[in-house]
Amino acid sequence: MLSVAGLHLWRGERHVLRGVSFTAEPGQCVLLTGKNGAGKTTLLRAIAGLLDPEEGQVQWRGAAARANRDEFHSEVAYLGHEPPLKGDLTGRENLHYSIGIRRTLSPDEIDAALARTGARDFADRAVRTLSAGQRRRVALAGVLLTEALLWLLDEPTTNLDADGQQLVATLIEEQLARSGIVVAAVHHSLALAEGRLTQLELGAR
Amino acid sequence: MATWTWFHRFGSPPYMYGFARRWAPWFGGVAAFAMLIALYGGLVLAPEDYQQKDAFRMVYVHAPSAWLSLMVYTTMAVAAAVGLIWRMKVAHAVAAACAPVGAWFTVAALGTGMLWGKPMWGAYWVWDPRLTSELILLFLYFGYMGLRAGIEDTAKADKASAVLAIVGVVNVPIIKYSVEWWNSLHQVASVMKLGKPTMNWDMRWPLLLMLLAFTLYFAAVLLIRLRAELLRRERNASWVREVVT
Amino acid sequence: MKTNPLEVARLVAARDLRLAFRKPSQLLQPLMFFMIVATLFPLTLTPEMSRLRDAAPGVLWVGALLSSLLALEFLFRDDAQDGTLEQFALSGQSLTWMLFAKTCVHWLLTGLPLALSAPIAAMTLGVPGSAMWSVVASLALGGFALSLIGAISAGLTLGARRGGVLLSLLTLPLAVPILVYGANATQLAIAGEAIGPPMYLLGAIAVLGVTLAPLAAAAAVRIGLE
Repeated sequence: MLSVAGLHLWRGERHVLRGVSFTAEPGQCVLLTGKNGAGKTTLLRAIAGLLDPEEGQVQWRGAAARANRDEFHSEVAYLGHEPPLKGDLTGRENLHYSIGIRRTLSPDEIDAALARTGARDFADRAVRTLSAGQRRRVALAGVLLTEALLWLLDEPTTNLDADGQQLVATLIEEQLARSGIVVAAVHHSLALAEGRLTQLELGAR
Repeated sequence: MATWTWFHRFGSPPYMYGFARRWAPWFGGVAAFAMLIALYGGLVLAPEDYQQKDAFRMVYVHAPSAWLSLMVYTTMAVAAAVGLIWRMKVAHAVAAACAPVGAWFTVAALGTGMLWGKPMWGAYWVWDPRLTSELILLFLYFGYMGLRAGIEDTAKADKASAVLAIVGVVNVPIIKYSVEWWNSLHQVASVMKLGKPTMNWDMRWPLLLMLLAFTLYFAAVLLIRLRAELLRRERNASWVREVVT
Repeated sequence: MKTNPLEVARLVAARDLRLAFRKPSQLLQPLMFFMIVATLFPLTLTPEMSRLRDAAPGVLWVGALLSSLLALEFLFRDDAQDGTLEQFALSGQSLTWMLFAKTCVHWLLTGLPLALSAPIAAMTLGVPGSAMWSVVASLALGGFALSLIGAISAGLTLGARRGGVLLSLLTLPLAVPILVYGANATQLAIAGEAIGPPMYLLGAIAVLGVTLAPLAAAAAVRIGLE
C-alpha cells in the first residue's frame, strides 16, 4: 500500500537519500535504523510530503502521494522529534484543536486516547508545565486520535521511561493489528513481535 | 513532440551552458553595434526638441533602462514560475541570474532620470510617477535578492523567491496604478513630469533601436551570468568537471 | 468523519483567539508602538496643530504600517517553531483556508484594535472629530489588506535569517497601494470631503488580497517548512 521507489534527496550539498526503496503492506512495520545524520528524519519527512525528493516517488494505494496530497494526508499521522503542542494550551485543548481540524471528535474520544497513553492525569495542565516525557504521551494520544492508517514516527520513544517505551511498542502492535502501517525511525530496537517487522538501514553506503 | 524536446533541452544544465557560451558573444556583439548606430542617430542626427533642446536626448538611455528594468522583472518572474511549476533547475538559475541585472537597469533608469531632471527643472529628484515607480521597483528587486540571500538552501531559496517574484509581478501594475493616481491627485502647476517629447521619426528610430540594443545586451549579460550560475549550482556534477578541464 | 471547512476555520480561529488571550500583553505591544510612533512626529516636526494636521494622514498610516509589520511576526512564528504549523500542513485540510482564518484572527487582534484606537493618536495630530469615523474605517480596511499581504511575506521569511527585517523589506513595496489609497482617504476626511473613491480602491485591493494572498501564503509556508 505504501511504496517508496528510488528516492533521491539532497539537503543543500549533501546527498542524503540515495535511491531509497521499500514497500509496506497493511499490518507491517518498517523500522528505519542508522547513525545520526543517516537520513531517517529526511526519509520520514519525504514520505509525509514535507520534503520534495529530486528523484523517485512515494506511492500510496498505487497512486502518487503528491498527486492527491490532501487525501493522502488524511490517512497519515506524522510525529516528529518535538511533540507538536502549544505550550499555552492544555493537552486536552491541544488535541481538541489539532485533531479536531482533521476529524470530528467527541470529548469522550479525547479522554479515552489520553487514558490509553497514560496522559489523562496531566491533561488539564498547560503543556508548558509538563515534562518532555509527559508531552510525548500527549502527542501519542494525538496520533491515536487521528485514526490514521499510516503512522510516520520519528524517534517515538524519546524522553520516555521504560513504561513509556513499552507503551509505544504496544501501540504500534495494536496499529498493525488494525491493518495499519507504521514507519518508525528508531535508535534502539523496539520490543516488537517478529514477522511483522522489516528493518531498513539508512546511510549504509 | 518537437516542442517538448526543445523544452527539455533547455532544461538541461550542460546544454544551456553550451548554449550560453555560444550565443552570448553574438548577442553582445550585435547589441554593441546597434547601440553605436542608435547613439549616433540619437545624439548626432536627431534634431533637438523644441521645448527641451538637447536635454531630451537623455531619453535614449533613460527610457530603454526603465523599460528593461520592468521587462527583466517579468522575465525573472516567468522563469521563476516555470522553475516552480515544472521544477526545472535551469529556470531557477535564470531567475537568479536576472535579478542583479534588473536591479542595475533600475538604478540606471533612476540615475538617468535624475540627470534629466536637473537641467530640466533644477532638481535632481522629483516625485514624478515614473521615477517613483522605478524606486519602488528597485525595492522589489532588493527584497527578492535579500530573500535569496537570507535562505541557506539553494533549492529552498529558489522556491521561496519564485513565490515572491510571482507575487511581485502581479503587484507591479497595481503599484504603478496607485502611484499614477497619487501623482494625479497632487497635480500642482509646478509638479514635474518626465515626459517624452512628442517625437517625429528622426527622433523615434534611434530610440527603438536603443531599445533593441538594450534588450540584446540584457540577453548577453544574462547568458554570461547564467553560465556562472549553472557552474556554481552544478559544481559537483560530472559535466562541470569536464567543462573546467 | 472529516471535519468540514467551516468547522476547520472555526477551530483554527478559536485556537488562535484562546492563545492570544492567554498572553494578552502581546496584544498591547503593537498598539503601544503605534502610539509612540505617532508621538515622535510632533516631537520631530512641530507642535503646531495646523501643520500636524497636514502631516496626520502620513503619520497615522506609516505608524500603522510599522506597527503591523511588528505584529506580523506573531502570525506564524510560534506555530512554526513548535511544529503546529507543520501539522496544519499535514492535516489533509486546505492550508490556504486555514491560513486565511489565521490572518483574519490576526487582523481582529492587531489591525482592528489599532484602527479603533487611532482616533486618540489622530486627535493629538489635530484631526477634527468629524473625520474620526473615516480614519477608523480606512485604517480598518487598510489593515485587513495589510494583514493579508503580510501573511505572504511572513510565510516566505519563515526559513530565512534575520527574518524580521526581511519581512519588513518584502512587505513595504507591496504595501504602497494600500498606503496611497488609505492616506488619501484620511486626507479627504480631514478636508471634510467624501472618501468614496479611495475606499473603493482600498476595498478592491482587499478583495484581491482575500482571493490571492492566502494561496500565496500557503505556498510560501509549505516551502518554508521544508
